[in-house]
Amino acid sequence: MSPLLEVGDLSVAYGAIEAVRDVTFSVDEGQIVSLIGANGAGKTTTLRTVSGLLRPRAGTVRFDGRDISGLPAHSILNLGIAHCPEGRRTFGRMTVEENLLLGAYTRDDEPGIQSDIRRVYELFPVLGQRKNQKAGLFSGGEQQMLAIGRAMMSRPRLLMLDEPSMGLSPIMTNLIFQTISELQSQGTTILLVEQNALAALALSDHGYVIDLGATTLDGPGKELLADERVRSAYLGED
Amino acid sequence: MTTLLQQIANGIALGATIGLIALGYTMVYGIIQLINFAHGEVFMVGAFGGLAVHRWLLPEAWQGDWYISLPLMIVGGVVVAVTIALIMERFAYRPLRNAPRLAPLITALGVSIVLQEAIRIWFPNAESAQAYPKAFIDAQVDLGPVSISASKLLIIVVSVALSVGLQLYVTKSRMGRAMRATAQDRDTARLMGVNPDRVIVLTFLIGAALAGVAGVLYGVDITNVDNAIGFQNGIFAFTAAVLGGIGSLRGAVIGAFIIGLIKTLGGQYMPGGTQYDYVWIFVVLIFVLVFRPQGLFGEAERVRA
Repeated sequence: MSPLLEVGDLSVAYGAIEAVRDVTFSVDEGQIVSLIGANGAGKTTTLRTVSGLLRPRAGTVRFDGRDISGLPAHSILNLGIAHCPEGRRTFGRMTVEENLLLGAYTRDDEPGIQSDIRRVYELFPVLGQRKNQKAGLFSGGEQQMLAIGRAMMSRPRLLMLDEPSMGLSPIMTNLIFQTISELQSQGTTILLVEQNALAALALSDHGYVIDLGATTLDGPGKELLADERVRSAYLGED
Repeated sequence: MTTLLQQIANGIALGATIGLIALGYTMVYGIIQLINFAHGEVFMVGAFGGLAVHRWLLPEAWQGDWYISLPLMIVGGVVVAVTIALIMERFAYRPLRNAPRLAPLITALGVSIVLQEAIRIWFPNAESAQAYPKAFIDAQVDLGPVSISASKLLIIVVSVALSVGLQLYVTKSRMGRAMRATAQDRDTARLMGVNPDRVIVLTFLIGAALAGVAGVLYGVDITNVDNAIGFQNGIFAFTAAVLGGIGSLRGAVIGAFIIGLIKTLGGQYMPGGTQYDYVWIFVVLIFVLVFRPQGLFGEAERVRA
């Protein structure tokens, strides 16, 4: 079976500056795959290219066997890839409910949308209790819940999460990672970008290390966790 | 007392016209952060579009019946205004979408001059003011001590109805949500599946349609139009949008009524009379911006991590 997402020799540049030069990885259906690496390694750029916000300079992005590199972002969402961006990026001047409705922007099955909204509220009760409040009034962790819920609203086959634990308390981080596991068990494939390599790899079926814009190392999550090079570089051990 | 009430009524009518134009300024700014200085000219070509319909398309037999001729003139004004605005967006602004902000701003000034000159040169006899048909009930309506022309009353009613309709559309509809999302964070809106080009085109289209309606109703009320009406009313409308808080629909409409009232009341009661009525508009604008730079209903720029 071919992988759901396949990225090969990806190169992306901002003007003359090459942010990603040689990234290769794949995600199988049903897996959690994480990309780990230092700040500025090119993880976010990679996700932004997969979702169509950036155009690759070279390389391939295949989703479900189809070349999607260079398609506009709104078409890529329609194919079944949702991207929960770094820094949450909730629409702060809109209510929780409006944010979720925007997540379902491309759908028109009203009953399905309503039942998915209820599902998000069951997953994150705080969102349901304050559904008519503006998203900008919520804490960082609550906004992260909203951003994940919003990304779920398009019923994606592949959910990409960029630094979902950034700036969150340990309790909140736990909750978010629990949710990610739950989403996987419900059948969503997940591509995770994290600086919290320990938590991410513990959860992942497979992991890739990105260093200076290139994938340098990969393996099953547990094996990478045990790898000395990974431990010294990303887990703060000597 | 009667004079005061009369001038308040006049100010509200003026504000209603300005408000319809100001909505276009504030919407386009909200979505692409461009002050579309050519928007006043969209209003002006809308007025001329309505005039053209009356002059060359309406059979003479219909010209006397306002309930036939006025709607057709409005349709004509809207079609012309929207067509011009969409051409302007596609060929003047879209290529500059990622250029520094000054480039589209200067372009907007250029488009504005092009439209003024195009009307002057190609619309027959438009070097001088053109008589506008009295395409509505030519009568005064008495409201207590105040007497207001039927055409002014029509502008007020239409303007309020369209403003409320637009507010509902933007807050309740799916496309309205997409517009607000694009205004707040275009990249994230794209991640929701919103096609920003479509939202931007729709924004120009709605703004131009409102300006087209305003142009025809203004012509019918003032009974003559020239190619400078866009500049003059455009400045008022732009000022109203800034006063109300640019990007805010409610702000633009309330700002427009404030400006309409300042102009008529300032012209009546302040020293210098109507020769100085512009001055008071800008004095108020400057004071508001000194103490509340985001305008009355604008959101202060906030940066959140």
